[in-house]
Amino acid sequence: MRVFQFTEQPYPDAWNDHNGSLRVNLPNRKLDPKHAADLFERYYDEWQLADELGLDIMLNEHHATATCMSAAVVVGMSVLARITKRARLLVLGYPIANRPDPLRAAEELAMIDVISRGRLEMGFVRGVPQEVPIANMNPVFQSDRFWEAHDFIMKALTSHDEPFNWESENFNYRHVNVWPRCYQQPHPPVWSTTGSTQTAIKLGGYGYVMATLGTGYDTRRLYDAYRKGYTQKFGTAAPADRFGYLGFVAIGHTEAEARRRGELIATYPRSSAIVFAPFRNPPGYLSMEDNVRMLKGEGKPRSYTKDGRVIEMAKGSVQDLIDAGVLFCGTPDQVYDQIKDFVGHCGGMGNLLMMGHAGPMSHEDTVENLTIFAKEVYPRLKELRQPDPIAIAAE
Amino acid sequence: MAVSAPETNRVDLGGVSVEVTERGRGRPVLFLHPGHPAGRVDPNARVLELLAENARVIAPTHPGFGMDQAPRHLTTVDDLAYLYLDLMEAMALRDCAVVGVSLGGWIAAEIAVKTTERISRLVLANSVGIKPGDRETRDIADIFAMTDKQLGEIAYADPAKMMPNTKTLPESDLVMMARSREATGRYAWTPFMHNPKLKQRLNRIRIPTLVLWGEADRIAKPDYGQALAAAIPGARFNTITGAGHFPHLEQPEAFARSVSAFLQETGR
Repeated sequence: MRVFQFTEQPYPDAWNDHNGSLRVNLPNRKLDPKHAADLFERYYDEWQLADELGLDIMLNEHHATATCMSAAVVVGMSVLARITKRARLLVLGYPIANRPDPLRAAEELAMIDVISRGRLEMGFVRGVPQEVPIANMNPVFQSDRFWEAHDFIMKALTSHDEPFNWESENFNYRHVNVWPRCYQQPHPPVWSTTGSTQTAIKLGGYGYVMATLGTGYDTRRLYDAYRKGYTQKFGTAAPADRFGYLGFVAIGHTEAEARRRGELIATYPRSSAIVFAPFRNPPGYLSMEDNVRMLKGEGKPRSYTKDGRVIEMAKGSVQDLIDAGVLFCGTPDQVYDQIKDFVGHCGGMGNLLMMGHAGPMSHEDTVENLTIFAKEVYPRLKELRQPDPIAIAAE
Repeated sequence: MAVSAPETNRVDLGGVSVEVTERGRGRPVLFLHPGHPAGRVDPNARVLELLAENARVIAPTHPGFGMDQAPRHLTTVDDLAYLYLDLMEAMALRDCAVVGVSLGGWIAAEIAVKTTERISRLVLANSVGIKPGDRETRDIADIFAMTDKQLGEIAYADPAKMMPNTKTLPESDLVMMARSREATGRYAWTPFMHNPKLKQRLNRIRIPTLVLWGEADRIAKPDYGQALAAAIPGARFNTITGAGHFPHLEQPEAFARSVSAFLQETGR
């Protein structure tokens, strides 16, 4: 198993004064740029530590939010391409359907791949609904635009003989010719995320790495959909390295210390959903069924525990999050056992996207969290035997 | 005089199947319905019954609204304008009055700037479609950035009376509401509720035009309506009291009276 360290690079100091919305409409006056600079400084220090500890690194982006200061994932990756030495650099993800200019995205990614000497992994994502009001691209056609931007970027990164033409309703170019071209040939590894079985089947057909977030003990359903698509296309079972899972990790030498860190990590799901409701439902983003459910005044996204109990991520206790496989928390032995159990549920999962820092967790706590994990859990996870893909596919 | 019952049929327009409700006899009135949160044709609507007392009312459901899927290629109000030019041709309509509310008014205006060959009168009620203000003025309220309750409060003069209780509505109505919201986004997300080219083109409209406004509208306020009327040569501007953005629903009698009076006064 590979493990990527991840944090949203939050600005938690604004979390107590938000009038019901941390995203889209929270005035940026509530951010002190000097304090933001201090936070970035330590976040980058922590990534350098992750690099030294042998962990890989994942960055994302969100817009107009106190939950995540990374508004342009390629900016962070550009910095990391130079200040880290060995870590794989995973962009997860680049919300390409929200950008009018996918050629620019291709050029940025290729540059980062070259500067990092081939350490880039590129994840393309549709993005959460609350990004739509900021990007202002039509959400009704977002899925179409996502796949077209994907097709375009992949062609742009793999065409080397002559400039090509691309004229469509969405994008218009007449001379596509990406300089510099990617260091990794034919292209850096591709990732994506989903919560839908339909998309999971499609991603399986591409053979990309598919990651999920917050799906807990309901993850297997999505992975199996991916496996179906993969086997249909490639005629063989999808190996464990095709699957990624974003799990929160809070570890300590004692259970009490781990639980204290667990409470800090749990500020992420508790803050992430704080957004003025209409921004979470741009037209065409959610399914008709979801919209009808919301009109009736029902339900929010949920996770499931191993025994089928429903957890609301935004409200669940640390114990709930542990039961749901959303948070791996405890002593090194406990965390290892929890992850091992979860891998079994998944039928194989080869990439842990570890949220090892969140919210107001201090630098000292973060350093401890990463260090204990890297020294006492990661070596065992590297040795962990994944379930046999062929046997899983046959189930 | 009793008005005949509404009839709903499908018309094929170059591969696009459009649901069309008809009611009444006489000269044609093409009625173009608004978008969210009132984006549908109710065949039994009072306003259609009243208009049908003096006319043959033809009310298509815009693709994507109601229960129809929109074909992928229909993405703009401009596409809908061409679709209804095709509809008027397919039905061999002449001397048609086009009456549109909100999004429907925008479609009507886009039709009229293309050609008035089959149209003799135009009524734009609480119509969107232009951007009268400068780049930093939000001329039309962002209906996607508010709760249903907030939207109801700016859409209607009497929200308590007009707003449905979504917790008790039948499932089919909820599906239609959700579809109406999505379809409105489809056609009007960006540029938001307008075509930057339309305002200049409105001077091509040389048929009698009435701009009608529910005066309690806070989605597009009456001064928006006045700016719209000012851009159309010779257009009249009238208001309806006790109505907001959807006067055809909130004051159907006053709405139908205004439309009929306008058609009579202009010699139709």
